[in-house]
Amino acid sequence: MNAPQTNASAEQVTYANILFYGCWSGLALMLVTYILYVSGIMEPYVSMELVTKFWSMPVHEYLVENNVPIGWGWATLLTKGDFLNFLGIALLGGLTIVAYIPVTIAYFKKKDFKFALIALLEVIVLCVAASGLIGGGAH
Amino acid sequence: MKLNTTWMRILGGAGLALLLLVTLAWAGNNTELAGEAAKQMAEATGAPSTLPWWAWPCILLVFCFILGIIAVLAGVGGGVLYVPLVSGFFPFHLDFVRGAGLLVALAGALAAGPGLLKRNLASLRLALPVALIASSCAIVGAFLGLALPGNVVQICLGGTIMGIAILLLTSKNTARPVVTKQDALGLALGINGAYMEANGEIVEWKTHRTLPGLLLFIIIGIMAGMFGLGAGWANVPVLNLLMGAPLKVAVGTSKFLLSITDTSAAWVYLNRGCVIPLMAIPSIVGLMMGSFVGVRLLAKAKPAFIRYMVIGVLLFAGGKALAKGLGF
Repeated sequence: MNAPQTNASAEQVTYANILFYGCWSGLALMLVTYILYVSGIMEPYVSMELVTKFWSMPVHEYLVENNVPIGWGWATLLTKGDFLNFLGIALLGGLTIVAYIPVTIAYFKKKDFKFALIALLEVIVLCVAASGLIGGGAH
Repeated sequence: MKLNTTWMRILGGAGLALLLLVTLAWAGNNTELAGEAAKQMAEATGAPSTLPWWAWPCILLVFCFILGIIAVLAGVGGGVLYVPLVSGFFPFHLDFVRGAGLLVALAGALAAGPGLLKRNLASLRLALPVALIASSCAIVGAFLGLALPGNVVQICLGGTIMGIAILLLTSKNTARPVVTKQDALGLALGINGAYMEANGEIVEWKTHRTLPGLLLFIIIGIMAGMFGLGAGWANVPVLNLLMGAPLKVAVGTSKFLLSITDTSAAWVYLNRGCVIPLMAIPSIVGLMMGSFVGVRLLAKAKPAFIRYMVIGVLLFAGGKALAKGLGF
C-alpha cells in the first residue's frame, strides 16, 4: 500500500505562491498610496472634511453629494490621492481570480474535468462580481 | 544577536504602523493643510468638528491593532469583531463598516493562505467546491444587505452576532472526527487528503455528509456577504462537525476559503462605493499587525479567559446593534 501524500499538490503550491507575492505587494502598495493621500502629497477628490462628514451617512448620500463614481469609475481618477488607494485594494480583490487561472489549467491538463469545471465557474463568478455588471448603481 | 523572522516581521509591521501614525499626525499639524481643512469644514457643515479628520484613522489604527491581538487569542476572525464593534462605537455608517470589514477579513485570509496551503492544512479539493457555492451566495448576500433598509440589516446583524456568541460558547469541535465511510459525493469529488503533525504522525482524512455540508454554505455565503463578517465562525463547525474534516484542516481550509468568499462580496461593496480608503486602510493595517503580535502572545496568554471575554463583547455588541436597529 502506498504511503499517503502529505505534500501539497503542485497546483496548490502555485496557488500559494501567487497569493504570497500578490498579497504582500498589495499591502505594500496600499500603505504607500495611503501615505501619499493622507500626507497631502496627492490632492484628494473628496476632501478629508467631506469624507468625515459623510462617512456617518448611508452610501447613497456619500456618492451623490460628493459626485463619487461607482463601479470602475475610480480607475479614471487615479491622479487623486483617495482614488489612488483603490489600486492596492483592487490588487487584493483580483488576486484570487489570477491564482485560479493556473489551477484551472492544471486540472484540465490532469484531465480532472470536475475540478477544472468548478475552478472555471469560480473564475466566472469572481469576474462577474468584479465587473460590476450586475446590480449597478447604489441604493 | 540573531533576530528570528517572526520578530523581524513584527518589528517591520510595527514600524510601518508607526510610519502611518506619524504621517497622519504630521498631516494634522501641517498648518496649511489644517487651515484649508478647517475652511472646507466650515463651508461644508457650518459647524466646527469635534475631532480633526486625522484623529479617526489614528484611533482606528490603534483600535484595530488591539482587535487583531484579541481576535487571534480568542480564535475568531477579525471581521466578526470588527463589524459589530466599529459600527457600534465609531461614527461610520454600517455600509462603509461592512465594506471595510470584508477587506479586513480578505486581507487576513490572503496573508494566511500561502502557509496553510503549503503545509496542506488548507485543502484545495475541499475548498474549491465549497468556495464556488459560498462565493456565489456571498454576491447575493451583498446585494441583499445593500438593498434592505439600514435598521433591518442592523437587527439581523445584532441577532447574528448574538447567535455567533452562543455558537462559540456551546460548540465543541472535534480534533479528529471519525469518518468510517466516505459518502458518494465526497468520493466522486475526491475530497480527501493527509497532513503531517509536528511529531511526524500522518493524519489521513476524508469527508462524509458532503451534500448537506455544501448546502449549508448557501446560508453561510449569504450571511458573509450581507454583514461583511467573514464566516470562519460558521465554516469551521460545518467542515469539522458535519463533514468530518479534522479540526486543523477545517480551520486552515476555512481561513483560506474566506479569501475566495470575501473576494466576491468585497467587489460588490467596492463597486457600490462602500469603501472609504481613509477608514478602510488603517483598519486593514492595524488588524494585520495586531494578528502578528497576537500569534506571538498566544503561547503566553490564557486563551480560555480571552475567549469568554470575546463572547461577552460579542453579546454586548450584538445587543447594541439590535437596540440600534430597533430604534432604542
